Amino acid sequence: MNIINIEHIAKIYQVGSEEVHALRDVSLNIEKGEYVAIMGPSGSGKSTLMNILGCLDTPTKGLYNFTGVNVSQMNDNELANIRNKEIGFVFQTFNLLPRSDALHNVELPLIYAGVSSHDRKEKAKVALDHVGLNDRMHHKPNELSGGQRQRVAIARALVTQPSIILADEPTGNLDTKTGEDIMALFNDIYEQGNTIILVTHEEYIAEHAERIIRIRDGMIEKDEHVKERYIPKKNGFSKAD
Amino acid sequence: MSAFLYEIKEGLLISLRAIRANKIRSALTIFGIVIGITAVVLMSTAIKGIDNAFAKGVSSLGSDNLYIDKWEWFNNDTPWWELRNRKNLTLEDFEKYRELAKLPLAVAPTVWSNQTVKYKDRNVESIIVQGTNEEYINTTNLSFDEGRFFNDLESNGGRAVVVLGFQVANNLFPNGNALDQDVKIKGHKFKVVGVLSEQGSWVMGNFNPDNQVFTPIQNVFKYFQSEWFRSVTINVRARNSIMVEATKEEAISIMRRVRGLKYNEPDDFSINQQEGLLNTINQTVGVIQIAGLFITGLSLFVGAVGIMNIMFVSVKERTKEIGIRKAIGAKRRTILGQFITESAIICLFGGIVGLIMAVILSMVVNQFLPTSVQIDSVVLAIVISIATGVISGFAPAYTAAKLDPVEALRYE
Repeated sequence: MNIINIEHIAKIYQVGSEEVHALRDVSLNIEKGEYVAIMGPSGSGKSTLMNILGCLDTPTKGLYNFTGVNVSQMNDNELANIRNKEIGFVFQTFNLLPRSDALHNVELPLIYAGVSSHDRKEKAKVALDHVGLNDRMHHKPNELSGGQRQRVAIARALVTQPSIILADEPTGNLDTKTGEDIMALFNDIYEQGNTIILVTHEEYIAEHAERIIRIRDGMIEKDEHVKERYIPKKNGFSKAD
Repeated sequence: MSAFLYEIKEGLLISLRAIRANKIRSALTIFGIVIGITAVVLMSTAIKGIDNAFAKGVSSLGSDNLYIDKWEWFNNDTPWWELRNRKNLTLEDFEKYRELAKLPLAVAPTVWSNQTVKYKDRNVESIIVQGTNEEYINTTNLSFDEGRFFNDLESNGGRAVVVLGFQVANNLFPNGNALDQDVKIKGHKFKVVGVLSEQGSWVMGNFNPDNQVFTPIQNVFKYFQSEWFRSVTINVRARNSIMVEATKEEAISIMRRVRGLKYNEPDDFSINQQEGLLNTINQTVGVIQIAGLFITGLSLFVGAVGIMNIMFVSVKERTKEIGIRKAIGAKRRTILGQFITESAIICLFGGIVGLIMAVILSMVVNQFLPTSVQIDSVVLAIVISIATGVISGFAPAYTAAKLDPVEALRYE
């Protein structure tokens, strides 16, 4: 089943009197349970594609069916609803609320989904447990290491059981060792049957995925399956990191 | 619906956290609202105090009283030159009226003169000396600290006796013992037979009985004032408030006879009531109210602009946070509500502190003007402060709600 079905989308920005074609003509399908990496140099349009895939933005032209629903013409509030229920974001800079503890950060999407306080806490605890942080629930982001912050962000992305996890350079702000731990966590999540879209510009990170889509100049340059997928070894998320 | 409630709760938590995170800024912002609310509450309290004082002063005249006079006191329907050309009311007019009137409880003629009252080396200036008869006391609600009002013998005989108002007695006899002493008015000696108890209605100025002196009417004509130049005012007290209208009708018909008016001639006298005074006072108080509330409203407005300003700063500062929230599913109305809540809470804090300040300050004001903060002022202050928060928070909150999540997430 296609979770994502994009047909001939384009995104054009008006900068002054000039039109900038961030995406020219992109069509792609992503199936449930896939692990896809989107690669491309900066300025290639990969961020724009990610924003559209994540329902943060809508295409100027073309059709975007997400879980069978046409989202290309939705308004702000409808998109917010889709993001809340169907998409889990993981960002390069973690994007946690600095004044809230880990538990509250993970709870946040559930608040907007209208889940009761009790259920929220339960689900958030399960999600934090899943990423190996059940002993850091009441720590604020500035009391956590980079890797731990990213795991809180991953827990937040997972807590609503979304249709896709959208990770934008999730290891970009982490050292190699911690980055590997995070990739191992993504691998876990993938193996549990989740759909992951990974945006990166690093080849060795992209090779964790089973399929790599390369973008250049607003077009898909190459869309291929990885022959020898890199499977990180499980390290059980040492709580010491 | 439940999502909405959680959003409100989340909004409250975020607001409190944000306020705590910026203590000094929040305190300064709140300070502006505190001043505004203090001013508004204090002003409305003071106005109520003034209002009460006026009402008390007016009611000291007695609500069942009529005043038959050459002059119309409060209405300006009749041109003043026509009033001036009316014949003076005389003591004879009064005597005839007294003979014919059946309805009044008491009637008394009055005529006044502005004099200095002396006792030994002490003197009080600009005192209204009221000339009247023994029945005057029954047309008022006055009571005595000591002594009595002059009686009919003293009145008819034009004896040199006076009754002192509270303040006059206090000034001339700081140690008390005014009774049976002789005071001098325009060189003539008068014996004090009574001292009135305090009325305390400062708004009436010299017309406050506290600042007056009472003596038989003949003395005024004999010593201070030619009968030809002063018109007598007839104080009439009706038996009760229901009888006021009937008493008034009777007074008009009797006075027309007394004055010898033909059926087609207009009245050449006026029947005055405290209602007229009340109307005049209400107009005055109304002007004070509007002016006062306008000025204090301005200070609240300045506070509100301060809130708006700080909320704009807050939105700018938290652009990234807004981006995060939007990315994970916050709708426009959620963000709008969050910032309006924050602004309303800041203002509510300000309102509560302002209210406490106002209560404390009103205790100080109370030394000069009997007043206290009423429950309606409390409710008003709370409502106004929340409303101020909502209104001044709206524009910044709207800006926040409209932010593009992609742009906001990129903001550093």
